[in-house]
Amino acid sequence: MAKAIVEIKNVNKFYGDNHVVKDLDMEIYEGEFLSILGPSGCGKTTTLRMIAGFEQQTDGVITVEGERVENKEPFERNVNTVFQSYALFPHMTVHDNVAYGLKMKKVKKAEIAGRVEDALSMVRLEGFGKRYPAQLSGGQRQRVAIARAIINNPRVLLLDEPLGALDMKLRKQMQIELKNLQKQLGITFVYVTHDQEEALTMSDRIAVMSGGVLEQIGTPAEIYEKPTTKFVADFIGETNLFEAVEAHVRDDGTVCLNAEAGELTGADPRFSAAELVYLSVRPEKTLASESPVTGFSLRGTVRENIYIGTVVKSTVVLQNGQEIRVSSIAGAPVPAAGSARYIHWNPGDAVIIHSKSNTILDLMDSLDLGAYVAGGA
Amino acid sequence: MQDRHTFRKKTVPLITMISPVTAWLILLIALPLLYILVISFCGTDDAHNIVFHFTLKNYAKLFDPTILSIYSNSLVIALLTTVICILVAYPFAYIMASTTPFRKTLMMIFLMLPFWTNSIIRLYSWRTLLGTNGYVNLLLLKIGLIQQPIEMLFTRGAVVLGMVYTLLPFMVLPLHTVIDKLDGGLHEASSDLGAKPVKTFLHITLPLTAPGIFAGSIMVFIPCLGYFFVSNLMGGGTSQLIGNVISRQFKEAFNWPYGAALAIMLILITLLLVRIYTKTGGKIDDLGVM
Ligand SMILES: Nc1ncnc2c1ncn2[C@@H]1O[C@H](COP(=O)(O)OP(=O)(O)OP(=O)(O)O)[C@@H](O)[C@H]1O
Ligand SMILES: [Mg+2]
Repeated sequence: MAKAIVEIKNVNKFYGDNHVVKDLDMEIYEGEFLSILGPSGCGKTTTLRMIAGFEQQTDGVITVEGERVENKEPFERNVNTVFQSYALFPHMTVHDNVAYGLKMKKVKKAEIAGRVEDALSMVRLEGFGKRYPAQLSGGQRQRVAIARAIINNPRVLLLDEPLGALDMKLRKQMQIELKNLQKQLGITFVYVTHDQEEALTMSDRIAVMSGGVLEQIGTPAEIYEKPTTKFVADFIGETNLFEAVEAHVRDDGTVCLNAEAGELTGADPRFSAAELVYLSVRPEKTLASESPVTGFSLRGTVRENIYIGTVVKSTVVLQNGQEIRVSSIAGAPVPAAGSARYIHWNPGDAVIIHSKSNTILDLMDSLDLGAYVAGGA
Repeated sequence: MQDRHTFRKKTVPLITMISPVTAWLILLIALPLLYILVISFCGTDDAHNIVFHFTLKNYAKLFDPTILSIYSNSLVIALLTTVICILVAYPFAYIMASTTPFRKTLMMIFLMLPFWTNSIIRLYSWRTLLGTNGYVNLLLLKIGLIQQPIEMLFTRGAVVLGMVYTLLPFMVLPLHTVIDKLDGGLHEASSDLGAKPVKTFLHITLPLTAPGIFAGSIMVFIPCLGYFFVSNLMGGGTSQLIGNVISRQFKEAFNWPYGAALAIMLILITLLLVRIYTKTGGKIDDLGVM
């Protein structure tokens, strides 16, 4: 399964002095749904446009199906793009928009008619062929853009925030449709989004980018549960982050650390003594008890409890002012606001992230961590 | 209820606002036009005075073969001018729309600069360039390309050149407006779908900028029929346009009724062209004149 269809090797992109994609290394597998996720301006669109051929990388290599593409114009690449603004041709009917790619490839008229019908029915737009883009709703335009791209049987479909302009409800519905379409077609989707929920629910793998750097690439579960950088831990979902240094390793293999807020414990001893690390604990793994727990000295006061459906989100303010989020299942006993609590967790639930300051060590450690994750799974 | 509301809200202020303009239009345009229309049905006495009795003889004279050939000559020159203007203005407008703001301003200034001098004076400078003793001939003689000076002035080509030179900005401006509005994403989409640049131009750029070509053509073609001074200066007596005949009736032959009939005919042709333009989807606003 894991055969690469797009390979990005050591790619950099500068706009003038502005370094927008930095040493990007990424493999995109055949038939996968890969999301590129990151905050605004982190280089997602630029990366996509380099694959499509609208931008030329400053250096590095991009291959599609094993072939280097730097000297290929967009019209020579076997990839198609669904643009964020849809870019439908306003002077052509839906039918002519969808038929455009085939017409350019000089496919016979009779065949075009049939394939346009198929493509339109695939996006559930039968009977819309005679309309003009201006006569369609946003969601319908979106579908035309998708039909126009997939009719060319691309090996890779690039989608740049294709649902960005749609309202919440339509977005959810289109997410499901897109995912089904991808499974049905069996082609690779590279899907740019800055909506993490969207990325987590739709993707086989997620590439998280920040400031032009690929922070982490992995399955949604890996990204969520084993973030390898502070950015990913912070960006994906909610988390409680502590900056800490190792104190000592206990006999049971757990590590005792010192943070500004107090003493805490984790389970991953793979870092050098005195190295600065980040420790990330998800709110649902964070516990608040009435009495102190060994290995922890995080005392705080409950500020508030918010009921959100089936969970209760509590905020506990530690003595140094840090706010800790604790979520518990509704129905379980909830600490009263204003009461004192001791924060702790199961040491195995804390993810230890190596700080970026020590890059070479960081790299070695993250390799180790990969092996560790694989071994543990 | 609704009607009265919109009447008070929209129509009443509109009338008060428009009335001075309307008065202006009636005084300076409608009344003279009406006068022209009336005298086109009149005759003249021996002293060239207008005699007010109804006749169609001025219109009958329009179908005189010499007049018809002048009409066709005018149309040919206007057509040539329009085509050349499109070919020159399109790349110019395209570059202007895609270059840096600074260069765009520069191009705009060069385009508009000649308008700050009288067009007759500018056409005279062409005469110094193109005349038998003009600089172009002198240069060609000097480098030995020709032995005899070429007759460049006083040809149909010179008239077309003068027209193109005078009217080019009217083609560039509407073209620039539509090209500037083009969504670059459409070109990328076209390329993404496998179209080479030429195909993208033919299937996307050209149809989407057609309204500009159309508007520019109207703006060039119509004045071309009437710019008699260009034909006078650049064509000498060789190339007669409708405008020349009309101006001669008023200034030399003193047959105002006949001149009026010729003018009415020209107005009808113009209206017909504008009608075709709006019928095929062109917008009066795009012409930038009203
Ligand atoms: N044509 C360009 N010229 C100069 N700088 C550019 C150009 N295109 C993008 N940039 C810069 O490159 C950086 C990355 O842009 P990019 O469009 O890839 O971001 P993005 O991750 O897609 O953001 P968003 O989520 O807002 O779409 C930004 O800082 C942007 O300002
Ligand atoms: Mg973007």
